[in-house]
Amino acid sequence: MHVSQDPSGRLLLSGNEAVALAALHCGVALGTGYPGTPSTEILESFGALGGRAQWAPNEKVAAEVALGAAFARARVICTMKHVGLNVAADVLFTMTYSGVDGGYVLVVADDPGMASSQNEQDSRRYAEAAAAPLFEPSDSQEAYDLLRTAFAVSERWRLPVLFRLTTRVSHSKSPVQPRVPLGTPLADTGAPPRAFVRDIAGRVMVPGHARPAHRRLRAKLAELQAWNEAQGPNRIERRGRALGIITSGISYHHVREAAPDASVLKLGLSHPLPLKTIRDFAASVKRCVVIEENDPWLATACCAAGVAVEAKDDAIFRFGELNVDRVRRILAREPGPEPAPLRSKPPELCAGCPHRSSFEVLKELDCIVAGDIGCYTLAALPPIAAMDMMIDMGAAVGMGLGLRHVLPRAQAKRVVSVIGDSTFIHGGLPGLVEMAYNPPATGHVLVILDNGTTAMTGQQEHPGTGRQLDGTATYKVSYEDLARAAGVRHVFTVNPVRDKAKFKALLAEALRKDELSVFIARSPCILAAGRILAWEKELKAREAADGEIPGAGPECAGLSES
Amino acid sequence: MAANPQPTINVRFAGLGGTGVIKAADVFAEVVFLRGHMVKQAEVHGMSQRGGSVQSDVRFGAAVHSPMIPDGACDFLVVLEPSQVEVVRDGLRAGGVLLTPADIAAAKLPAAKALNVALLGRLSRHFDFPEHAWRESLHAHFAEKLHVANDKAFDVGRTL
Repeated sequence: MHVSQDPSGRLLLSGNEAVALAALHCGVALGTGYPGTPSTEILESFGALGGRAQWAPNEKVAAEVALGAAFARARVICTMKHVGLNVAADVLFTMTYSGVDGGYVLVVADDPGMASSQNEQDSRRYAEAAAAPLFEPSDSQEAYDLLRTAFAVSERWRLPVLFRLTTRVSHSKSPVQPRVPLGTPLADTGAPPRAFVRDIAGRVMVPGHARPAHRRLRAKLAELQAWNEAQGPNRIERRGRALGIITSGISYHHVREAAPDASVLKLGLSHPLPLKTIRDFAASVKRCVVIEENDPWLATACCAAGVAVEAKDDAIFRFGELNVDRVRRILAREPGPEPAPLRSKPPELCAGCPHRSSFEVLKELDCIVAGDIGCYTLAALPPIAAMDMMIDMGAAVGMGLGLRHVLPRAQAKRVVSVIGDSTFIHGGLPGLVEMAYNPPATGHVLVILDNGTTAMTGQQEHPGTGRQLDGTATYKVSYEDLARAAGVRHVFTVNPVRDKAKFKALLAEALRKDELSVFIARSPCILAAGRILAWEKELKAREAADGEIPGAGPECAGLSES
Repeated sequence: MAANPQPTINVRFAGLGGTGVIKAADVFAEVVFLRGHMVKQAEVHGMSQRGGSVQSDVRFGAAVHSPMIPDGACDFLVVLEPSQVEVVRDGLRAGGVLLTPADIAAAKLPAAKALNVALLGRLSRHFDFPEHAWRESLHAHFAEKLHVANDKAFDVGRTL
């Protein structure tokens, strides 16, 4: 990774890189998460800068690993994309009750406009629903500075906090002036860092403990709201009195350009909202407009508090990301329709991609394909057009089973669940267990497309690649063993490119049987193949030298001895 | 600096995934940044990496607000893929400069992949940044084994 630095020490960084640098300067002990555009580069950069960065199997596990570390008084970041927060939501909603002992910043990157996502859900709603403080930086410098504030708030109120980026903040570069690194977590309280201090009532959220914890949480938020009014990272820019705009995140920059004469209230900590500040600001201008992307979350909160603000026309502007032109149209109350977007060329599977071969087979066999999330989702587009549904990570397995349970037999026999390797580890494993636990009468066929990497997000490692985030060798999960352990008798490993005819014949045979089959269609991503082959060679050489696969041998030996 | 009355200079790089759009924008943004300008660069990763349309905006000047160039406000539009020229042409302001693969003598390029670098050379003619600033940024963004070929490609664009 090359980073530009000018003579005054300023760095040209993306928002994601700025978060990573700030995490390093904040003394973050552990960064964990699951790859997802636009959040992926945060942990990669943090690792490249020398921080301890790890990919977890999914966002829920990542958030839990981070929580344990924060219980031990460390500073942690946990990163994910917006839909990843759905997976981690179970942790989020109760760790606000327990609170933390170190500093915990959960970085979530939303994708308004869906540049690379299946929906444009708005994470601000999670902050409100889970009662978590919410920071919203608008550019790289703010991402850097606000992360420090986020840790200060997290540690002072002992709460995990949400740090919301959006695609344009994550992926836009702008100058960052780094500051002096922070000291040890909680150094000012005199508490020893990274120590376990028992607090059963505070961390075991049985009803008897959770009831007072909920009251404590609300009291913390009330205190934080007062702090946010008095000295939160919000600012009022006074210009004209004719127009005032309340905004946050990237929208702030569109606003400054679209309405240079407007007064602006820019929020940096938008939950709990500084409602008095908002009320006073709205009263100080003739017309007050809320400019926000996607959901009318801020406008609704203002209106609910009785503050007279104008919202954007959500029949038009709730959809897609904002930009300078759209903010101008919102302010001009311009009716639709908007100018037609560019006829951009959609993405497609790479030439030579092994997924092409797999989907050709599925198409030739006229399969009904319950699909999943990854590069291979592109097989749903013409000319392949051989995937019938894609909703969320891991859903291929469950959706396929549901189809099999209720479709007429002739159609049920054509149903196949197709999922990528990283996605299978992330969310497909419980589906595999369900498959053997409640098998459809017609049986079922699950195809795991193992290209040896998390390709779509830029070739990240995962438990099935046998490599950690930085490429260090580790235990490699076996899909074949997992399938057998779950109770599937017919498990096949095929190369869908080299042995395409064999794959087709075996798959056709499996579809004929009323039994459960799992296929591992293994052929490396062509973009990652060079690295994967080199690593395999290196590993074989090491095995030959010391007869040991990292993480595998000693455990088995230990078991047989006991 | 290019003769331009606007306080912010808007340069858009456009093409398809794999044509070097983002790399070209990275190189240019560093040139501008190290000359002391405020600069913002917007790009979209993700699905667009798989051969789809890709754009990266670089905006610079004394102050820059949005990282994205407003409709029809590009001072320079650098298109790396012939099929994308008509798709993105509307982004150019009246009197703006359009640079396309047709501006480069392809036969003179050391490698077809170096088209993005040649177009940077072509773009460099419109600014009075010193030539070494461009070359230093190119060297910083590419592996050393590509430096000689990239210098050659840059010359193809710069010294038409």
